[in-house]
Amino acid sequence: MSWLVFALIFWAGAWVLNARLANSAWHGTRAVRILVPVLFGVTLIVLWEGLVRGLGVSPVILPAPSAVAQTFASSTDILWEDFRQTVLKGALTGFAIGSTAAFVTAILIDRSAFLTRGLLPVGNFVAALPIVGIAPILVSWFGFDWQSKAAVVVVMVFFPILVNTVQGLRETDAMQRDLMRTYAAGYMQTLLKLRLPAAMPFVFNGLKIATTLALIGAIVAEYFGSPTRGMGFRISTGVGSLSIDLVWAEIIVAAIAGTAFYGIVVWIERAMTFWHPSQRR
Amino acid sequence: MRNALPILTVLAVILGVWYAAVAPMNIRVALDQAQRGGAELVPATALERQEVSVWALMLRNPVQIGETYAMDRPRLPTPGQVATELWNTTADMALNGRAMSKRSLIYHGWITLQSTLWGFALGTALGVLGAVAIVYSRVVDMSLMPWAIISQTVPIVALAPMIIVLSSQLGITDRTVPKAIISAYLCYFPVLVGMVKGLRSPAHAQLDLLKTYNASGFQAFLKLRLPASVPYLFTSLKVGIAAALVGTIVGELPTGAISGLGARILIGDQFGTPLAIWAALVAAAILAGALVTLLDLAQRITLKRMGMQA
Repeated sequence: MSWLVFALIFWAGAWVLNARLANSAWHGTRAVRILVPVLFGVTLIVLWEGLVRGLGVSPVILPAPSAVAQTFASSTDILWEDFRQTVLKGALTGFAIGSTAAFVTAILIDRSAFLTRGLLPVGNFVAALPIVGIAPILVSWFGFDWQSKAAVVVVMVFFPILVNTVQGLRETDAMQRDLMRTYAAGYMQTLLKLRLPAAMPFVFNGLKIATTLALIGAIVAEYFGSPTRGMGFRISTGVGSLSIDLVWAEIIVAAIAGTAFYGIVVWIERAMTFWHPSQRR
Repeated sequence: MRNALPILTVLAVILGVWYAAVAPMNIRVALDQAQRGGAELVPATALERQEVSVWALMLRNPVQIGETYAMDRPRLPTPGQVATELWNTTADMALNGRAMSKRSLIYHGWITLQSTLWGFALGTALGVLGAVAIVYSRVVDMSLMPWAIISQTVPIVALAPMIIVLSSQLGITDRTVPKAIISAYLCYFPVLVGMVKGLRSPAHAQLDLLKTYNASGFQAFLKLRLPASVPYLFTSLKVGIAAALVGTIVGELPTGAISGLGARILIGDQFGTPLAIWAALVAAAILAGALVTLLDLAQRITLKRMGMQA
């Protein structure tokens, strides 16, 4: 019971501290901006630990964070193998192929106003569809190994990036294009110096959506058959064999991988579209 | 309507490519079947055919190309086959008064729709409440917003089996609940982000004006911030409902559910009936399209009545 009381007191204390920090004079500083959400996250973990220990929840239902951390530390080799199979081979390969294909297609389509008008609504519609459902079909086409996972990822990321890029390429206004014409700039010059840079915020918007989709696709595809490694495989077998702490360790790996992937794309976006109003500080 | 011709052209091209792809995708299986039926083939055995490309196979066995378009278990069915299967499992059964039979996609679509709508309602409520809290409290803004973003980078499918196990261990036997939680998880984020943007969209001058009217904070919320956020709300609701449907189907896929469109896909995979998978996929697409179109309609009507139509 003392665990529960401690967790609740910690929660209240952290909340008061956060409220003080957020309303203090330093709320704009970088340290406070990082400290407040971190404290919030730590509170959640302490509350979880306290609830599990205080209420005596069975580890088969919900393991305590400390137990998950132990499993994580003791099975890093399994986790690393799964990470390589699912994230590095499946998700990243698919992401690279899919986003390149979408980008090139968008530039090709953009040359024809007719195709653009036809493809934007269709692409928007397809981007809203539950494409994950094709996972079993692609697994039966490309086999159990990572190639089929990459294929699922390619299809899932293609349309969001395509739609965003095509939209971005239409972002320049007539005045800017006229200016390029007065410079006697050709199609390629206009594309490289004006339209592609102007499209970049949109492209990155698509890429950011695609990072989460890539991981979802790679993991779902593993539920339909995979070699005896991979995060989706481990999660589905772990749930079946009630090794829930390993499942949570995989979830943590997935969370870290997803956040890092997203973070890297945001970081590249900052470096490449530093001129855009949304990036100014 | 200006876009009708380009859209139709694009759709026609997609259908054309699909039809053209059917023969090379299915030719190997078709030839294997023809061999069992005693047909003369070049090369004669399956082992030898492994070495030959599909194009060469199609050139040397032109008779069997026709068969690739009418297979029972094709690797890639034709659009016509999918449409027939969809008709047989929906409208045809409905006409025979068996719309709610376990084999009917209308029944499975209804199951999926229920979870989607519950998840959508839950996710929207969470998103709107979260947005209000974020706009009015700096603590919540600073501590919740980063975690809301991180929560979306966590692949929900990793959590989906956990959520289902947890809810069954807690004694919740109704399959709708875990699926609705998963779709709410995917659905709340676009609503949250859109509503935060929308609630913050009134200009300072407008807020100041309300202050000169001596309006209370609640009145300012009700009469200025909330109406101003409606266009943002509808835009994010359209994203949200699509995400909720994805969440429900993801919730049905890996978990051995027995009813729902995702379960039809799963069962089709396990029993090797690709036509069932494709029909369920198309049904899911139609459902997604219908839901988004309905919200689009609601958006137009609401914005028109509020005098905000673009």
